[in-house]
This record gives sequence, structure tokens and C-alpha cells, in this order.
Amino acid sequence: MYTDLVMDHFSNPRNVGEIEDADGVGQIGNPVCGDVMRISIDVEDDRIADVKFKTFGCGAAVATSSMVTEMVKGKTLAEAAEISNKAVAEALGGLPPNKMHCSNLAADALHLAIQDYLTRAGREAEVPLILAALPKGHEHSSP
Amino acid sequence: MKSVYFDHAATTPVDPRVLAQMLPYFCERYGNPSEIHRLGREARTAVEVARAQVAAGLGAGEKEIVFTAGGTEADNLALIGYLQRFEPGHFIISAIEHPAVMEPARALNRLGWAVDFIPVDGDGVIDVGAYEQAFRDDTRLASVMYANNVVGTIQPIAELARIAHEKGAAFHTDAVQAVGSVPIDVGALGVDMLSLSGHKIYGPKGIGALYVKRGTRLTPMLHGGGHERRLRSGTENVPGIVGLGAALELAQAEMSTVGPRLEALRDHLARGVLESVPDVRYLGHPTARLPGNVSFTVRYIEGESMLLQLDTHGFMVSSGSACASGSLEPSHVILALGLGAEEAHGSLRLSLGRENTEAEADAFIQVFPPIVEKLRQMSPLYVKG
Repeated sequence: MYTDLVMDHFSNPRNVGEIEDADGVGQIGNPVCGDVMRISIDVEDDRIADVKFKTFGCGAAVATSSMVTEMVKGKTLAEAAEISNKAVAEALGGLPPNKMHCSNLAADALHLAIQDYLTRAGREAEVPLILAALPKGHEHSSP
Repeated sequence: MKSVYFDHAATTPVDPRVLAQMLPYFCERYGNPSEIHRLGREARTAVEVARAQVAAGLGAGEKEIVFTAGGTEADNLALIGYLQRFEPGHFIISAIEHPAVMEPARALNRLGWAVDFIPVDGDGVIDVGAYEQAFRDDTRLASVMYANNVVGTIQPIAELARIAHEKGAAFHTDAVQAVGSVPIDVGALGVDMLSLSGHKIYGPKGIGALYVKRGTRLTPMLHGGGHERRLRSGTENVPGIVGLGAALELAQAEMSTVGPRLEALRDHLARGVLESVPDVRYLGHPTARLPGNVSFTVRYIEGESMLLQLDTHGFMVSSGSACASGSLEPSHVILALGLGAEEAHGSLRLSLGRENTEAEADAFIQVFPPIVEKLRQMSPLYVKG
């Protein structure tokens, strides 16, 4: 059911943890649904200098979180904002259909972290410019 | 890497002694039991010997055993076949039934039948008071599983059957998980129908049976040549039937030695997990449970991720988490015990079988705590206490 790449990211997840005093933090999901992802980023010169994740969830949730951290490191905020959940799943060689919804939210968590960074930096005005694709599924937002 | 199979509630390997009895019925004694020539008679004899074995294993009469294609068909035949003889009224099932009972119950509900789902307590034991009060004048049937597939809890079946009869209703039990593991006597239980399956007791897949007490009338679901006393048409699955009979006979013969050994292994494994991992809750009844069932939830982490990590270490187990079940909801059984969805997502089931050893249990107790720790370190919900 899972590709070898998914199993690799699940068994040896990259960038696990939490950045202390991170520049931006994004969390999405709900423990009731069985998936919670938290991504923290450090930003230098509008590039993602460091990124870490913590995830409660199934194999797909862990693998997508791990994959998005690899995809985004060193990217500009604008580049990072363009990475979609679908792109993360594709980078993993695909996910089972029933995992595409709840367990594939890592890019959304990243986008929330970028939004958090921009807001903290007093750059709210740039949020809609950079993040055209902020997650709309509010049922997944954590309280 | 050595693999350890702790998923016997899902299915069991076919015992080689069972397979040996089945094999001649594929290529040599392939006759149709309905034919009167020699090959047909040989097959008929084999089917009837197996029927006697199954009947003996349940304390039933030979004419009370109907072979089906498995536990699901037996459950469907019991509910739908029994209730179809009446105008739509009311029936009762427990809240923790297997989908093989839950779904025919919902199908009957769509056809106009009212159904009550009786809750269970925190150990998974049915609320007998609520059960008794649920009966109505038009209640035709109550169906409560003998032992639960997720948490292993065994229900007070004899008492439930007696109450159903006092209220004028028939009683069915899905005993798929119990048959072959615990002694069963349909006479002492007082049930009208009981379902069992071959592949849970070291027999083949694709074969099961329904015990139908003499005088209990059913409408068949499969119509055709009138096999199985008209209750289940279709040429008999002779090798499967032979396998089911042989498997149940073996299970009965070995129960008194295997049962206590599995109980000791079960309690050893449960104790080992509870002592080595904090924030674990044991699920199901502490004593009234299947000999091979160890079921628990692990806080802050999710079941499928535990299952996959254990798989990479060679341990095959099962989880009631939403992800592992393929739906978006965690197991309805674990929710029915009163646990929240978050905790239910962290459920794990180890179901032991007769080939498991204490060394395997010890290996699990070694491997499991670091897996939990690794996943907890990854979990945003985990705050180390």
C-alpha cells in the first residue's frame, strides 16, 4: 500500500523535532481525526534556513511531514508557498487514495508556519501575496 | 529477520494436519456430493463426517449444522434469514458487533426493521439491564457476539439467551472468535443460532458454519439446488468443509493444553507492555477474555505508525486506528468502551496463537518500548511528564 519512499521517510524521518524560538510555527489537524502536524521554521533573507516537524499520525502523515521539510529547506518563502499537498504526495511516489485527505496536510502546516512568520514580522500585507493557497479546510484547524 | 505473527484474530495459518486431510478432495476425491456414483458418495461421506465433527465440537446435532462460505455468510443468514420470515418489527444487537452483524443489521433497518444497539461498559461487557429493557412486544431476535474480535471480552451468552427467550425472541451469537479457543456447548448456552469460521481456527478460508437449533426456521439467502437442507444452495466446498471439521476437532482436542498456555503468554505480554511503557491502557475485561487477546492503547501516538514500525521489526499485529482500518473513524468497539477518539487512534491488538512462544513475547517486550519512545518524540501531543 505504501511506496518504498514513503516507508523510507516513515522509518527514517528527516528533520524531526522543534526549532527553539522558531521564527514561525504552523500546526494543522486534529487528534480526533488521528492526524496532527506541527512545522517550525527559521527564516533568513526570506529563505527557509531551517525546518523541523512533529507529527501525530499514521505512516503517510509522518512521511509527508518528513518529505515537505526536505523539499522546502533553502527555498524562498514564495517558492515554499507554492508547494502543495499534492506535490508532496507526488514526491513520495504517491499515497493510497484513502490517505490523500486527512494524512496529507504537511504543506498546509508549512504554509501556516510561513503565515505565522510574516505576521510576527509585521508583514501581514504579504500573506495573501505569498500564500494564495492557505488551507481552507477549517475543520482540520486545531483549537 | 525472524517474523513473529501476533494477528491470529485476523486469520490463522492452516494447520498442516488439517491440510493433509483436505488435499485428497481436490484432485482425487473430487466428486460432487449430490451424485450417487462412487466419487459422489465418497464426497458425501466426507461432508457428513465433517458435519459430525463440527456438531460434536459445539455439542449440537448433525442436522443442526449448515455449512456456509464463512463467518460473514453465517451471520447474514442468521439475521436476514431468520427475520425475513416476519413482518418488519424490532431486533437487538450489541454496540460492539463485527461488521458481519452490524451491516446486515443496518440493511434490515433500511428494510423497515427497528434495531437497538446495546451499549457495553468500560471492559466491553454488555449492559445486561439495558439489554433486558430494550425488548419490545415485536422483538424477534437478539444477536450478541460471544467474544469480541478487538478487545477479546467474552459476553454472558447463556444469560442473554435466557432473557431473549423469556421475552419471546430468538437468540443468535457470532462466535467466530470464540469457537476453538474456549469450550462451547450450544445446549448449555441455550442459543438458537451460532456462527463460526474456518480460518480463525487453523482451518482454510472460505468456509464457515451456522448452528441452527432444531425447530428454528430460516429463509435461505442463496436459492438453487437445495443443498444444506435447502438453507444454502450451491455445491458443497468439500475440501473446505473437510478442513473445517478437522480444524475444529483438533482445536477441541488441544484446547485444554493450548488454552492455559496462551492465557499465561497473554498475561505475560500484557504485564510486560504495561510495566515497560508509561501511559498505556489495557483494553477489555481483565479475566473474561479470549486466551490469546492482548489489547491496549498507547497515548500520544497513532496505531498505524506503531503497526508499521513493529512490521519493520518483524512483528505482525493489528490496530483499531482509523488509518489502519481504512476509514476515517477509529474502531467503533474502542469508542464504545468510552475512550475518546484520540486515545482510540492509539490502539494495538496482539492476538496470540498456538505456535507463539514465550521467547517471541519477550522479544516483543524488548522491541516495543523504544518504538513507542521514537514515535512519542515525533508527536506534537507528547509532553514528557
